[in-house]
Amino acid sequence: MAQERQAAIVGIHEYPLRVAPGVSAMNVKVDSIRAALEDAGLQWSDIDAIYDAQDGEAGGGLQLAAYLGLRPTVLDTTQVGGSSYEFHAAHAMRDIAAGKCNVAVLSYGSTSASNRVAIGTGGRGMAGPANWAQNMELPYGSTLIANYAMVKQRHQFEYGTTDEQFAGISVATRHHAMRNPEAVKAMTDLQFVGVNEITTQDVLDSRVVADPLHLLECCMISDGGGALIIASADVARGCKKPPVWLIGAGEATKYRENHGDITTSAGAQSGPIAFAEAGVTPDEIDIAMIYDSFTITVAVCLEDLGFCPKGDVGAYVEGGRLAFDSGEGPALNTDGGGLSSNHPGMRGIFLLLESARQLRGESTSQVPGAQLAVAHGNGGLLGGTHTGGTVILAKD
Amino acid sequence: MAKRPQPQFPEPHTESFWEGAQQGELRYQRCDACEEIVFYPRQHCPSCGSQNLSWQVSKGEGTVYTFSVVRQNRMPGFIDLGAYSVAYIDLDEGFRMMSSVVGVDDPTKDIAIGQRVRVDFEKQEEGDYPIPVFRPI
Repeated sequence: MAQERQAAIVGIHEYPLRVAPGVSAMNVKVDSIRAALEDAGLQWSDIDAIYDAQDGEAGGGLQLAAYLGLRPTVLDTTQVGGSSYEFHAAHAMRDIAAGKCNVAVLSYGSTSASNRVAIGTGGRGMAGPANWAQNMELPYGSTLIANYAMVKQRHQFEYGTTDEQFAGISVATRHHAMRNPEAVKAMTDLQFVGVNEITTQDVLDSRVVADPLHLLECCMISDGGGALIIASADVARGCKKPPVWLIGAGEATKYRENHGDITTSAGAQSGPIAFAEAGVTPDEIDIAMIYDSFTITVAVCLEDLGFCPKGDVGAYVEGGRLAFDSGEGPALNTDGGGLSSNHPGMRGIFLLLESARQLRGESTSQVPGAQLAVAHGNGGLLGGTHTGGTVILAKD
Repeated sequence: MAKRPQPQFPEPHTESFWEGAQQGELRYQRCDACEEIVFYPRQHCPSCGSQNLSWQVSKGEGTVYTFSVVRQNRMPGFIDLGAYSVAYIDLDEGFRMMSSVVGVDDPTKDIAIGQRVRVDFEKQEEGDYPIPVFRPI
């Protein structure tokens, strides 16, 4: 399929704080929307489409429209976990191409840190009416981290991937975080032990939270959020900053299956769809923004998106190619990622925000001449029911 | 082992599974139309859509597909527990279920992918459903 340039990111804002006591999710969303509009040079009243993952306190989508005081002609409340924003971007692309809207807003706000939400280690309580999924899994005390850890365990068993190789993902990401003042402040405010560059050994020496995942292989839990504005080509041409084009998108789901392969994620389905639509290949990608809930998530998704064959990610990441200044590429999570910059629960929006910064030349770990980025979100549980959302972005 | 969370009812899909657990049976479903093994329990065959499913009783033997050892869980019942395992078990009849491998000295060392295991119905408090867990054979 020929590459089309019908929709672009024209305004972005990442909420600067990762610890923001006394602030609501709705505060974060509205602050971010205002700032993203300002960045684009657009007006509040220009917004005609809202995409929302239902994260505001009073309920999502409908309540957000009412709170903002808007009457959008497109209202999309897709909630598929952390990859919701890649799904939103995919939907905004096609809604704009179909002429249903011209200026779409995506926003996220969360106060997970201030509210002490134990996302990874909280276990899962009986919530709502009895259901089959809870009845079959809750008795075993699995945690979110244990679910991802089971994927790492199987990957190591099948392909011999080592802890050292996984640790390389944490090391590269921290390298980028230390160059990002907001990430440094995040780690400081969240009282990280050692706000500094880390080594492979540091990762291996950090405590095991759920075998075989070490603490430094796990994302932080922060407050935060952000917003971005996606506009039609006509609107984009009149905005303040160069447009960052959305040129391909794919969506997929995956879940536990009898005889299924836990080391392959939904990205194996969403990735090829997105690359085919964009008309580009993984080896052309400069920036890989891949949801780093854990090292294993990045490892599996690099394989599934086609950066290397299944099982080869250990050798692929060895030698530090993922660092922005390695000269090899792709550069991974150049903002510092969920591991070391920002993870309030649903990181998908930050993948798009940093992709846009890179393709504008505004990153704190800028890859010179970056032309193409992929933002890949994984939502839900990598070793259970989850979604994959892939978006390919291009410099103007 | 601390008290495990109990299944909650009414819940139509999993009722028979848990009745089986009370009787020491590990139950699963098979599609009468296409012979697909169906697990977790549901009302239709995810392969062909047929709603003609029959309950079967597993021999209860299988293999550890993958596992983790949880060192930290803030949920009541697990919060003060030492390390314990969660695992996906591939039963010989062809279904995969989440469970736990128990009865080993040190779960961080004594559990392995590929290990052969057999179901055991772990007693809970009086009146509770026993929970199917697995022990190395």
